[in-house]
Amino acid sequence: MNRVELVVSRRGFLGIFSAGAFVLATKADATTWQPNVYLGMEPSGVVTIIAHRSEMGTGIRTSLPMVAADELDIDWKNVRVEQALGDARYGSQDTDGSNSIRSFYEPLRIAGATARTMLERAAAAKWGVPATECKGRNEQVIHTASGKKLAYAELVTLAASQAVPKKEELIYKPAAEYRYIGKALPIVDQNDILTGKAVFGIDAKMPGMVYASIERSPVMGGKIASVDDSEAKKVAGVSGTERIEAMKPPYGFQALGGVAVIANSTWAAMQGRKKLKVDWDLGANAGFDSEAFKKTLRDSARQPGKVARNVGDVDAEFAKGGTVHEADYYVPMLAHAPMEPPAAVAEFKDGKVTCWTATQNPQAVQATVAAAVGIKPADVICHVTLLGGGFGRKSKPDYVAEAAVLSKKVGKPVKVVWSREDDIHFDYYHSVAAMYMKATTDAKGRPTAWLQRSAFPPIEMMFDATAKYGGSQMGMGWNDTPFDIPNHRAENGPATAPVRIGWMRSVANIFHAYGVQSFVDELAAAAKRDRVEYLLDVLGPSRVIDLSNGRGGGDQKYPLDVARLRRVVELAAEKSGWANKKSGAGRGYGIAVHRSFLSYIAAVVEVEVDAKGKVRIPRVDIAVDAGMVVHPDRVTAQFEGAAVFGTSLAMMGEITLADGRVQQGNFNNYPVARMPEAPLMTHVHIVPSGAAPAGVGEPGVPVIAPAICNAIFAATGKRVRDLPIRKQKLV
Amino acid sequence: MIELRVNGAARKFDGDADMPLLWYLRDSLELTGTKFGCGLGLCGACTVHVNGAAVRSCQTTLKAAAGKSVTTIEGIKHPVQAAWEHLNVPQCGYCQSGQIMQAIALLKEKPKPTDKDIDDAMQGNICRCGTYQRIRAAIKVAAGVKA
Repeated sequence: MNRVELVVSRRGFLGIFSAGAFVLATKADATTWQPNVYLGMEPSGVVTIIAHRSEMGTGIRTSLPMVAADELDIDWKNVRVEQALGDARYGSQDTDGSNSIRSFYEPLRIAGATARTMLERAAAAKWGVPATECKGRNEQVIHTASGKKLAYAELVTLAASQAVPKKEELIYKPAAEYRYIGKALPIVDQNDILTGKAVFGIDAKMPGMVYASIERSPVMGGKIASVDDSEAKKVAGVSGTERIEAMKPPYGFQALGGVAVIANSTWAAMQGRKKLKVDWDLGANAGFDSEAFKKTLRDSARQPGKVARNVGDVDAEFAKGGTVHEADYYVPMLAHAPMEPPAAVAEFKDGKVTCWTATQNPQAVQATVAAAVGIKPADVICHVTLLGGGFGRKSKPDYVAEAAVLSKKVGKPVKVVWSREDDIHFDYYHSVAAMYMKATTDAKGRPTAWLQRSAFPPIEMMFDATAKYGGSQMGMGWNDTPFDIPNHRAENGPATAPVRIGWMRSVANIFHAYGVQSFVDELAAAAKRDRVEYLLDVLGPSRVIDLSNGRGGGDQKYPLDVARLRRVVELAAEKSGWANKKSGAGRGYGIAVHRSFLSYIAAVVEVEVDAKGKVRIPRVDIAVDAGMVVHPDRVTAQFEGAAVFGTSLAMMGEITLADGRVQQGNFNNYPVARMPEAPLMTHVHIVPSGAAPAGVGEPGVPVIAPAICNAIFAATGKRVRDLPIRKQKLV
Repeated sequence: MIELRVNGAARKFDGDADMPLLWYLRDSLELTGTKFGCGLGLCGACTVHVNGAAVRSCQTTLKAAAGKSVTTIEGIKHPVQAAWEHLNVPQCGYCQSGQIMQAIALLKEKPKPTDKDIDDAMQGNICRCGTYQRIRAAIKVAAGVKA
């Protein structure tokens, strides 16, 4: 049996398994007891736990199953983790928003406790004792009064006949008895990764599949005028070409459209594509220029916009005069550039689609593919592979739609693999943004009034072609700036651009935190005060800030708690040795703090700037309060990684357009941090907490760019207000 | 007809001799542990050993590999992997086979590498998840040098 068949048959079990969800003992698989959609137990005692969220490097395929395994109290070696198909019965599978533990810690805990409770009741029935005297621990139910024991495996059949307990009947394990939560288990895919066996989207195969490489319009919204594929068809291995219809606004997750070359290998498809001659009707966007757009955005940010939050009366305070500070900040468009470019294989057969892909959102795959080929979402079977990085790019399944559309046309499974150039040219970019900040300060340099304005093409554009304002992005570090300033207003100006915009790791928090945390550092510098002391002063006393709007901000379970912000600032400062560090002469220390995805993060960055203006980052200290932490080592890894991701976007990331065409295409002109450019050592300090779990995948990113720029200012006196840093003259 | 050895097995290839080794490994031999990342030798995800030296398989044609011995991640059993495991290096894991192949080649040449040696050898291998500090530490563990 080759590997492809092995994978299919393994997933085939899952198909049966998920079909029996919510049913105690299914006809399809009568021997597996399934007390809950996430969990099943075989008569041998082996437990299958469903990983319904996508694995893109956070360790979620390990962390969420750990929660259920701990509550069930079963040996980890008897746990099999199975990746879920796209299926709404699991709840949201949209693996974004740093949301997996936050939203599914509780359901997985319930899944484990439900199974354990039913095993306890089964033992009680067998022994004729009250269930309250029976306790499931370490794969056995123990009768506490007599010491009698029964293995879980001996109770499976009887447990399956017990009534499923209600949530309020469950008794959870005390935290002191946790076996896995809070410990560092190796990720379940580690051995496969280290031996080359791990299957990513680009590795998936279906029997009889062909390969496609797609030529798309170089300008957004362009249409095919004419195609000459005669030379392409002469390339050995090429079987033909197919057209994919151009997408229509609003673009959403639709396939872009273009001309696909179909071949018997990836290489042949790519070679054939080079020989295609396509004339494009480039349309209205062929004049778009990102340099000119930068000026438009800056102008928009200088004008009054929609008010996102208003405290006191900024205008009245400004009218009084006093010391005025102003600054404009700019963050360019950025590409996700996951190491694995978008890839999918799909087969359209008998009115159904089966696909295998690296996706963050298999239910969006179902909806998108269904719309593209004219079937029902339930008739799209989406198998989720490992993701070779996601960062938000793989939330958008346009590439899966391409594979499905082509399969319907050619009558065979089709594998679509994007080149790196495709990935950089046709991304859903992190939005470009301009910010304008203004403040007046008192005699101590403390702000008496603070105005912040931003303008950026919003993500909402993808779903409403007329959208111009930042909607959901206002709650990402803009309407929730946690400063203790009597007069404070946040505004958002209109903007639109002919590009696809999308979520990228921490989204609008990237530019909002950059503007806010740079400007507060500028005020501290103007006041000649210690940056940490000043930041704590502006954060103000410990209190809960009432936020009635904004993503997560109004959630009573997660109030904006300034005490937690203060604590991470103090912790980052303490662990970095801030009090004893002296900036100047080419070495500098910078601090930034930001709350996003309900987590409180502060970073101290140390930079060295040499005589030529080259920046190195010897050390980063990140303090993290993410509430309760399930897997401390993977959380630490996320923040180590965020320091590198943040360094890439701060130091080097920039996507530009001229004549409507993206000017970058690979890692030569869209550089990302390599080992010598990355922080040499990032120390992650996790605040012990019993608070509700919050996000960890994204919130490490926003603090990095401002902390680096603040450190550069401390080292050189040069303030960086436009990213990327590599374009600025530092000496 | 091109003859070569892959992970010890004799192989014959009769096709486009200009095709990069990468696609032969992935599409023909189904050795998908070797990854496509950029196609221009810029990211290191496709790193394999040809006659023991680390090369980018996306930049190595089958013609150039003729008569040579190719080793991919699937043919590797090396203390470097244990060091990677010990420090839980991988996040998404996509670049790690290339990182491991590069690290093994480094240690063959420099059994006790300095930080500068590690930077020089590994700077061609991009990790977008940002596992660099654990890669560096794992190389030191494998080499038995102080962190």
